[in-house]
Amino acid sequence: MAKHSADLVISGGRIIDPALGFGKEGHVFITNGCIDAVEGDTAAAKKRAVRAAETIDAAGQIVVPGLIDCHVHLREPGREDAETIESGCHAAAAGGFTTVCCMPNTTPRIDNQETVKFVQDRAKTARARVYVVGAITKNLDGKELAEIGDLVKMGAVAITDDGHYVQNPEIMRRALEYSKMFDIPVMDHAEDQYLVAGGVMNEGYESTRLGISGATSAAEEIAIERDVALCRMTGARLHIQHVSTARGVEAIRRAKEDGVRVTCEACPHHFILTDSLIGETFNTALRVNPPLRTQADVDAIIEGLVDGTIDVIASDHAPHSAESKDVVFDDAPPGMIGLELTLSLVKTYLIDKGYLTWAEAIRKMTTVPAMIFKLPHGTLEPGSEADITIIDPERKWTVKADGFHSKSSNSPFIGKRLVGRVTRTLLSGREVFAL
Amino acid sequence: MSGLSSRHLLGLENVPAEDITRILDTAISFREVLEREVKKLPPLRGITVLNLFYEPSTRTRISFELAEKRLSADTVNFSPSGSSVKKGESLRDTVQNIEAMKIDMVVVRHQSTGAPYYLTQCMDATIINAGDGAHEHPTQALLDMFTIRQKYGKLKGLRVVLVGDVKHSRVIRSNIWGLKAMGAEVVLCGPSTLMPSEIERFGCEIATDIDTALDGADVVNVMRIQLERQQAGLFPSQREYTNLFGITKERLKRLNRNYTIMHPGPMNRGVEIATDVADGKHSVILDQVTNGQAVRMAVLYLLSGRDETEA
Repeated sequence: MAKHSADLVISGGRIIDPALGFGKEGHVFITNGCIDAVEGDTAAAKKRAVRAAETIDAAGQIVVPGLIDCHVHLREPGREDAETIESGCHAAAAGGFTTVCCMPNTTPRIDNQETVKFVQDRAKTARARVYVVGAITKNLDGKELAEIGDLVKMGAVAITDDGHYVQNPEIMRRALEYSKMFDIPVMDHAEDQYLVAGGVMNEGYESTRLGISGATSAAEEIAIERDVALCRMTGARLHIQHVSTARGVEAIRRAKEDGVRVTCEACPHHFILTDSLIGETFNTALRVNPPLRTQADVDAIIEGLVDGTIDVIASDHAPHSAESKDVVFDDAPPGMIGLELTLSLVKTYLIDKGYLTWAEAIRKMTTVPAMIFKLPHGTLEPGSEADITIIDPERKWTVKADGFHSKSSNSPFIGKRLVGRVTRTLLSGREVFAL
Repeated sequence: MSGLSSRHLLGLENVPAEDITRILDTAISFREVLEREVKKLPPLRGITVLNLFYEPSTRTRISFELAEKRLSADTVNFSPSGSSVKKGESLRDTVQNIEAMKIDMVVVRHQSTGAPYYLTQCMDATIINAGDGAHEHPTQALLDMFTIRQKYGKLKGLRVVLVGDVKHSRVIRSNIWGLKAMGAEVVLCGPSTLMPSEIERFGCEIATDIDTALDGADVVNVMRIQLERQQAGLFPSQREYTNLFGITKERLKRLNRNYTIMHPGPMNRGVEIATDVADGKHSVILDQVTNGQAVRMAVLYLLSGRDETEA
């Protein structure tokens, strides 16, 4: 069958799509905003590429499915001074993310259909797709289940009380049981609040040295172990968010070996930074929950990424206004931005150091999150929306405070020299970012 | 130029022994001035010092203020109650506005670790830490060391026991750094719930049995135990704390003969220290207070940059 000429072709780049098992130079043909075909650099494909209405030359670059970040805070409604859905999605596009899952700890909380709808409406004109994660409990209070059926009906792809551990195990049990009716994952901010006890950094030598109240890593370990037990009992799907400790990774590894339906994510700051940085300048950008841990924990997270215990890389993009972070360390709100840096951090600290191949890294940012959250994205499979990220793998750049598209710039990576950068992002074939 | 290797005094961690010795030596002559009829010297004339106290303090604030006045500095005091802080002004704006009034040095006490460092990033003034969170209280440790050295003529080789809430004590942290730099042997003693994580990495002897800790010690520096720690479940009752860690006359038998009892104040008599111990002839608790002024005068003087030129 003679193929029609495409609207757009991306040629010359190395195409990596773990879902398709495709990893070589070739051409991506796009028609009507959808993937038409992905082909190797054959004579026929070359011939067809010449006939395309428009061409993107991706020579020397890497072409991947638009990335998915399953853990971001867009702050709207409520803290539009720190981020809006529009600015957060601009940041996503600049970081190569075409799909994000936003957390419900907005004001008001995303624990009702109206707020889901509000976010979805705002996202219609944004530079990335926004999927809503609804609340587990009303107002994230940990007391009564939110109307999860309503939330799912409205399009919520998962539930979480992110920022808060569901401290009452009975409530968590019911949330897991209830979620099974909708086959959605329950995302778990696994930190026992009684053990955290107001700690603002990792408890250990550094917190002792600085006299800053610490949060023990056992708070995460215990929280994960409890919810693994509940997950095993209920047969529901549990997704551990931002695992940060060696023992947390180990608990998940054992649970997976036992066949428990648990998945998890790790964030760049937890596989790059340690608590020993805090005492240098008390940089409030280093204040994050769960806190930065020790080198042994960093090593364990990397090991978990390498052996597949950790399924997903997510940013936990958490914008905060300059004013709210311009305070003494323990007064600063937790969180750092990440959407615009994740890909470059993964390249610099995981791929260049030989821990992950490009295909393995991209898989954790496309195929796997798409599977966990049942998103029809993260692949270049013909027929799917043409969400595509193009990366210059060797581009060296320095992170600058005024270079973010996010409304906030609370990042401890400012000043860092990174390798690899997103040069172009397409959403349904339309350019939403170009460097 | 400053007579010390840093232009601020934020803590004693990483402060070289030479700097500590310089401060303690300088304090000797100021200590003598305090015995004179006219307790005033001119070196800080024209220098304005702000005492910025975000936490309540009696001893430290008065001690600093007197030290400044005795050196002829102009002083202003600030505390958050009755100030723009109550109106929501940020720490940065507060200090930048005050600095616009031409302040040369700031003595700061704050409930959060790192607040003195934060001030160095907001303003050009020289910053002196008068206690930040549970982090450091360097002038308290300096006056403790001054008092010990006054009695023994040295610090090196002495066995110094710091008893109390190690976890929350900035006085203990600063004492650890200072005493270790000066070659003393440091023993930490307190309930294991008030021993912070990985404290063994500080290179001190750790004891949860007070009698073991006191065995053969020269100096016992007793810290205030705060009632709210009991309420937070860190020990069962004041009574039990006193039974296990209270410094009583009976327990002093284990100390070296020429022992010294210290307390940074304010004391809970009958709780962490028995009244007859606090008032006994080995107690230097009130000397600490007097010496504190001399040590603070030395710190202000050395950091003011006036030591070479107009002294």
